[in-house]
Amino acid sequence: MNLFTPLSWSDSGFILTGILNTVYISVVAIIVGSLLGLLVGFVRAESNKSINMLLGAFLDVLRSVPLIIQLILFTTFIGAMGYPLNPFAAGSIILSLYTMAFMSEVFRSGFDSVPTSTIKAARSLGLNYLQTVRYIRIPIGMRAVFPSWLGVALSVIKDSALVSVIGYMELLRTAEQLISRTQQPIMILIGVGLFYFMISYPLSRYGKYVERKMEI
Amino acid sequence: MNNYEFHWNVVFDAFPQLLSGAFTTVHVSVLSMLVGIVIAVLLALGKLSNNKVFYHFANIWIEIARNTPALFLIYMAYFGLGAYGIHLSPYLAVFSALVFINAGYLAETFRGGFQSIPTTQYSAAKSLGMNNIKVYRYVILPQMFRRIYHPMTNQFVWSILMSSLGILVGMNELSGETQRLQSTSFRTLEFFMVAAAMYFVITKLVLFTSSLIAKKVFKGELS
Repeated sequence: MNLFTPLSWSDSGFILTGILNTVYISVVAIIVGSLLGLLVGFVRAESNKSINMLLGAFLDVLRSVPLIIQLILFTTFIGAMGYPLNPFAAGSIILSLYTMAFMSEVFRSGFDSVPTSTIKAARSLGLNYLQTVRYIRIPIGMRAVFPSWLGVALSVIKDSALVSVIGYMELLRTAEQLISRTQQPIMILIGVGLFYFMISYPLSRYGKYVERKMEI
Repeated sequence: MNNYEFHWNVVFDAFPQLLSGAFTTVHVSVLSMLVGIVIAVLLALGKLSNNKVFYHFANIWIEIARNTPALFLIYMAYFGLGAYGIHLSPYLAVFSALVFINAGYLAETFRGGFQSIPTTQYSAAKSLGMNNIKVYRYVILPQMFRRIYHPMTNQFVWSILMSSLGILVGMNELSGETQRLQSTSFRTLEFFMVAAAMYFVITKLVLFTSSLIAKKVFKGELS
């Protein structure tokens, strides 16, 4: 008797779920992480040294501990505290925080890149503080860091594969389960690799193109 | 709120094993970085060369390394090669995946560093009577090294953090060792907290050493 069943068309729904789950958690993490990162980046660009040190230390921990350890620690912690979350919720929270840690640096340098003279000019034209943020600093600063933002976003898509460790059925975990059932690792893995590549490659090319255009 | 009781004794008793796991982590990252650098130099030369075959080979390697998840490449080495009868140990699977990725990223760093030096400097050095070796030894390479130093440090830190994926293929580096230890004692939280702290310390030590070396070597002229 053969224990393994080969890959068939009926698996396509399963694979599609994996793809959608990967896209889903990546999009959530990129959006939430970017918004939080924008906020934190702004606070860091504006605040004094002591607040900066405090925030910096927190972000430093997020960047210096492997994502996989953060995911395991967080799910175990909330489980031990008596509030277990489903893998998607727990994964989104940690992946968003992780994204925030990188995005905040990107946005901070964006805010810093706007010259003080531009801000002063805006103020002298009668814009108030919030208006300069809204109409001057965010549009100019964010445009300058777009390529870096894209780079971080792409790495988040790739890092989302790690959420599989806490049981989220994203693409790579789907693939792993299919492999153990079909014993056809090459075909499945190449398909998975192609999927990531087809998302990441064009976007990274686009990022490089924008970067080059901005240099001129 | 449940009352979770922390039991640290088990973790302290297992500290030697955790340390040996940490050693494996550093070991695999350092080795993958060294081999990665050697391959990266070749790939960077490939991307700069006029030989079409060499160029495309380097290009494909670099783009695959940069545009696919690390975990995918580890699975590829572990399960993928297994299908062809090449059964790598978990250590070798993680090591080869890290080498592949490090080489890809560093190749782009090296190429960027090389191209950031204006060709006029080369001509100027030549016109001063330097031969090719001297031009590279005294003019091009010192400047290039200054520019690729920080990206290289970052790549090394990245390798340390990403070697934690060994947990998924049963490697005995820090994460895998932690996983194994907690599975027999069920002190998951304590063990992973200690592991997180150890990763933090390792990363900080690397960054600290790197900045010390930078101060000594570049004497504050780091661009």
